[in-house]
Amino acid sequence: MIEAVGLTKRYGRTVAVDDLSFTVQSGRVTGFLGPNGAGKSTTMRMVLGLDAPNAGEVRIDGKRYRELHHPLRMVGALLDAKWVHPNRSARAHLRWLARSNDLPVKRVDEVLDIVGLTDVAGRRAGGFSLGMSQRLGIAAALLGDPQVLLFDEPVNGLDPEGILWIRRFMHRLADEGRTVFVSSHLLSEMSLTAQELVVIGRGKLIAQSSTDDFVAHATESSVLVRSPQLDTLRTALGRDGVRVRDEGEHLVVSGLECAEIGELAAANGAVLHELSPQRGSLEEAFIQLTGDSVEYHAGLDAPVAGTPDLVTSGEVNR
Amino acid sequence: MTLLAVERIKLLTTRSPLWCTLLAVGLTVGFAALIAGVDSESPVTIASTQFGYNFGLVVVMVMAALAITTEYRFSTIRATFQAIPNRSAVLLAKATVVAVVSGLIGLVTAFGSVAISKLIVSEADLAINTAFEWRAVAGVSLIYAIAAVIAVAVGTLIRHSAGAISLLLIWVMLVESLVSLIPKIGDDIQEWMPFYVANKFLTGNPDLTNRPLEEGPPPSSAVLSPWWALAYFAGIAVVLLLVALFTANKRDA
Repeated sequence: MIEAVGLTKRYGRTVAVDDLSFTVQSGRVTGFLGPNGAGKSTTMRMVLGLDAPNAGEVRIDGKRYRELHHPLRMVGALLDAKWVHPNRSARAHLRWLARSNDLPVKRVDEVLDIVGLTDVAGRRAGGFSLGMSQRLGIAAALLGDPQVLLFDEPVNGLDPEGILWIRRFMHRLADEGRTVFVSSHLLSEMSLTAQELVVIGRGKLIAQSSTDDFVAHATESSVLVRSPQLDTLRTALGRDGVRVRDEGEHLVVSGLECAEIGELAAANGAVLHELSPQRGSLEEAFIQLTGDSVEYHAGLDAPVAGTPDLVTSGEVNR
Repeated sequence: MTLLAVERIKLLTTRSPLWCTLLAVGLTVGFAALIAGVDSESPVTIASTQFGYNFGLVVVMVMAALAITTEYRFSTIRATFQAIPNRSAVLLAKATVVAVVSGLIGLVTAFGSVAISKLIVSEADLAINTAFEWRAVAGVSLIYAIAAVIAVAVGTLIRHSAGAISLLLIWVMLVESLVSLIPKIGDDIQEWMPFYVANKFLTGNPDLTNRPLEEGPPPSSAVLSPWWALAYFAGIAVVLLLVALFTANKRDA
């Protein structure tokens, strides 16, 4: 179990992590979700004792990371696949890691086999593709056969095959009863992998719940309305409890059922080209929750090339 | 022991120690060959064979600094601290391993220089008999080892290869010799410059071989006796290393 209490990290005047408290339950996959720059990596480095928090603390099964004897046997982590000397071979990289925690050398070959790098084990790690580096990082995380595993954005930049492999791998680790704490900025990815979610934005905790609850609560259903008389409709819909989002060619209405909108349109003599219920996507839920806490707002309302599709990054990976 | 083994694996699974050893041996022994072969006027002495020890010293320091700065460069220092949260132990182990390797390089270059001189000028008296001669040859190994510790400490503090290496080279090659140009106090300061003092350990005082000044490394006019000079040099290395350990423990990896 990982327990963070009042974790705070400041870099100069920037507060990267702000009084963050959460728990990661044993034997489950917990997603660590937040927009880029929300403080996920910083938090993970603090969990591993690499960065010292300005306030608060993290404990792993009741101990601080720096107090752990042979930490690799208890916590495996992949924070960045590039934390490897480029001129050292994959096997040599794992060999010194294994030696540092008194693990037998044959364990190196075992983990190389698990991640499927046996054939390239003697090659210098600098020549590895991102996907191979990622596998090497996972091999390193698995060296000590730890019960707790941390992964920071493990699917970032991977091709679909690599993503699928990582995703299956997470499931396998979870099925083996391990605690997996994995960060991502892609909610769709998390919804496939994680049972629990810790959601942060600008270093603050936004929500901690099961993924199902999070999705159920956070996604509100809405209705897409297409019509040549959008202006008329917009006026008609302008009343309490109804939120109307103008997306140019259509409106997205929340707070009203399809039938009600249809009746309203008929009463106002507006022609409807489309009236379809929308199940709120996970990304939308995510953005609704973290909307105020994204560190760098892109000018999404300004047309760059059509409507920027926020869901794309998630969909492509699916 | 575990940590020493870890650092040994790390150091010996990259190419820099190999290249640095070859370079150090090549430069130092090559220079000894040059001195022995070209200078036929004055006799070849033990001291004159060690003329080029400074070249090897510089190379060894570059290797030592790289051993730690590349860890920062490629963030393997984070993987290291993740595997071994006791940072002081890690850095002490690294300093030890690098010092031992540097010491071995020192032995090879120093005795290699004597050997090649003997090969070239077979009639020269290059038997190592006196305490001075032993210091002048075997002592190179100690100086390389201590200099490596200094380089590891500086590398830990600065963390960037280029920065650490430039600082070390500028210090060894320029600052220590140019400091004597400061009017009045310059010479007094120079007498306490670490590498200048280290040279005293190797070149001794008085020089029992009575060799002419131009033969062998320029003698040091440091006031310390040779063994105190070594202690002073080692003391500076220890202080720098302690500062580096303290800093590394406080800093985010």
